[in-house]
Amino acid sequence: MSDAEHLEGIRETYDDEYGFHDPDTYVFKARKGLDADIVGQISEMKNEPAWMRDYRLKALEIYRSKPVPTWGPDLSGLNEDDIYFFVKPADQESRSWDDVPDTIKQTFDRLGIPEAEQKFLAGAGAQYDSEMVYHQIKKELASQGVIFKSIEEGLREHEDLFKEYFGTVIPAHDNKYAALNSAVWSGGSFIYVPPGIQIEMPLQAYFRLNTASIGQFERTIIIVDEGAFLHYVEGCTAPTYTTDSLHSGVIEIVVKRGARSRYSTIQNWSDNVYNLVTQRAMVYGDATHEWVDANLGSKVTMKYPSLYLMEPGAHGEILSIAFAGRNQIQDAGGKAVHFAPNTTSQIISKSICKDGGRSSYRGLLKVYPDAANVKSTVVCDALLLDDISESDTYPYIEIENPSVTVGHEATVSKVGDDQLFYLMSRGLNEHEANAMVVNGFLEPLTKELPMEYSIEMNRLIQLQMEGSIG
Amino acid sequence: MGAALEIRNLHVSVENQPILKGVNLIVKQGEIHALMGPNGSGKSTLANTLMGHPAYEITAGQIIFDGVDLMDLETDERSRMGLFMAFQYPVVIPGVTVANFLRNAINARMKAENPDSKGIPIPAFRKLMIDKMNMLEMDTSFAGRYLNDGFSGGEKKRAEILQMAVLEPRIAIMDETDSGLDIDALRIVAEGAEKLTDSLDMGVLIITHYQRILNHIKPQFVHIMLDGQIVESGGPNLALHLEEHGYDWLREKQNGNGSVS
Repeated sequence: MSDAEHLEGIRETYDDEYGFHDPDTYVFKARKGLDADIVGQISEMKNEPAWMRDYRLKALEIYRSKPVPTWGPDLSGLNEDDIYFFVKPADQESRSWDDVPDTIKQTFDRLGIPEAEQKFLAGAGAQYDSEMVYHQIKKELASQGVIFKSIEEGLREHEDLFKEYFGTVIPAHDNKYAALNSAVWSGGSFIYVPPGIQIEMPLQAYFRLNTASIGQFERTIIIVDEGAFLHYVEGCTAPTYTTDSLHSGVIEIVVKRGARSRYSTIQNWSDNVYNLVTQRAMVYGDATHEWVDANLGSKVTMKYPSLYLMEPGAHGEILSIAFAGRNQIQDAGGKAVHFAPNTTSQIISKSICKDGGRSSYRGLLKVYPDAANVKSTVVCDALLLDDISESDTYPYIEIENPSVTVGHEATVSKVGDDQLFYLMSRGLNEHEANAMVVNGFLEPLTKELPMEYSIEMNRLIQLQMEGSIG
Repeated sequence: MGAALEIRNLHVSVENQPILKGVNLIVKQGEIHALMGPNGSGKSTLANTLMGHPAYEITAGQIIFDGVDLMDLETDERSRMGLFMAFQYPVVIPGVTVANFLRNAINARMKAENPDSKGIPIPAFRKLMIDKMNMLEMDTSFAGRYLNDGFSGGEKKRAEILQMAVLEPRIAIMDETDSGLDIDALRIVAEGAEKLTDSLDMGVLIITHYQRILNHIKPQFVHIMLDGQIVESGGPNLALHLEEHGYDWLREKQNGNGSVS
């Protein structure tokens, strides 16, 4: 098959599966652009306490004071005057899919969310444009004290707990887009897992854009108390539009002593979405946090999940997968910051580029002076499927303690003509041969994923590779 | 009647450098041919050209397989028609297990034939693979290893024969399958290939430097390639003659100075 046909194939399938949009069904839509009035309006519509409104307004000033970062992908095409910063999808959030407005429910049905909830999940949330329209958790977990709610409900119903953590892992001044989120946040999850509670099946939140030129700013807070376990999964898709949209989330996670948490993302935005996300986990003594971060969609992604290893015995892992196709830039990676002795981290990054896509691994490994006996491994591999795609590596390493063991490996490989010839000589066509090399390249990562996500991941990769699936 | 692979006056260049200069050869199903010749004579070029490697350019001549001109067919189409090459240097495919690879190869064939095919059911595939591995005296743990990744020379060649066994070609080209094998590995590989030849009525073109693999697989025809042409063809005795006398007598004959008995 020619390259041209190959190129055409990719987005055709995305449009059929995910690129559709519903007619406008919102109950409120703020005017385009951003100013203090819009921020005040968001806060007012959410009936927030004064401290939160003030926090938002202050964050807006911080956002204004910070320049657009120029060290990474070009963001000059992103114009906030063209963006709707708040589009409220429904009057209220539902506890039952039957209560979700029909059009919105049909969309989530089509995306398979209620079905997945039945089969695989301990609870599910669904966000449509600016707010959650659905959140539910299994009764037995709720009765054990597990909280899984929208962030707004979290603030309303658990204000003290909310206030204790909100903005403590990622303060508004962390970076320009964290400040933006802090000003206009809307939607996202509020999760608390009490000490010792092990949630076997994942909780999932699904994020869907519908309105053109929208900004979505979900804010998620997760607290995994001592000895507890949580796996949280997020997925996202959007309609394909000719105008750009913006997704800028902030995810704050606290993993207390002896607890374990895993946060998995399968990001599959349409290729008109700027995806600028800040997510960080603070990991305490003998606790573990894992980020599994798959970036398959979007126009530009800048996302570096980070681990703050706060106390001895803390361990963190980041598995990052990026796929950059035509007109896509994936600037992804991870950060491990070791504040305490005897902490360990591992970052594995795998990126794939084709049809002129660009991927960068951007990572930070930082070890503070007091952090003795730190062990860290960083492996980043890139696979190029053609001559017009590019991959870069920016591994920043700042080590201020001499007793550190660091391993670092980076490779860039190209699917070789010899590999394709070999596989094709066994009867695989060129697409099948390419897909096989890619799947093999990702195998060390996908085998780490729970079965259902590994299947989903493989399926998405097949779609990206082939544009059609039999 | 079985299929034949016919090579007619084949001229091939690599990077504009002529390598094959008029090769003629017919291999039919059920026949075993040996193609011998010194390094650089064009044997591997012939093998890669037959399989359709894009770096090899046919400047004249034809390759006909089962009545079809292969010129317009991609490598995968040739494979699905029943042509196979055991590689001299099998390629590493990291992260893809032998079993996964074989199943995909079978499924690719089934899907090419019938787009609605669901592929081979896993239990049937397992049985097929284990039967073939037993025949080749391979440990079944082999199936779970990444294809050619960290394989010893002998393991790579055995994996090639396993692929041949599973894919059941009509005509197989074995490109220096014997090189780098110790005597035990050579025996197993050669016996495996011979069993397949018998059971599948497969035609084989064995490309080799050495006579020794021919102690295990008996060719009916032996051909000798020098400087891009087949300069001598004969029966099994030709290989023995070559072993004793080397290639010089053929070179002399090429230059018009000698004669062959």
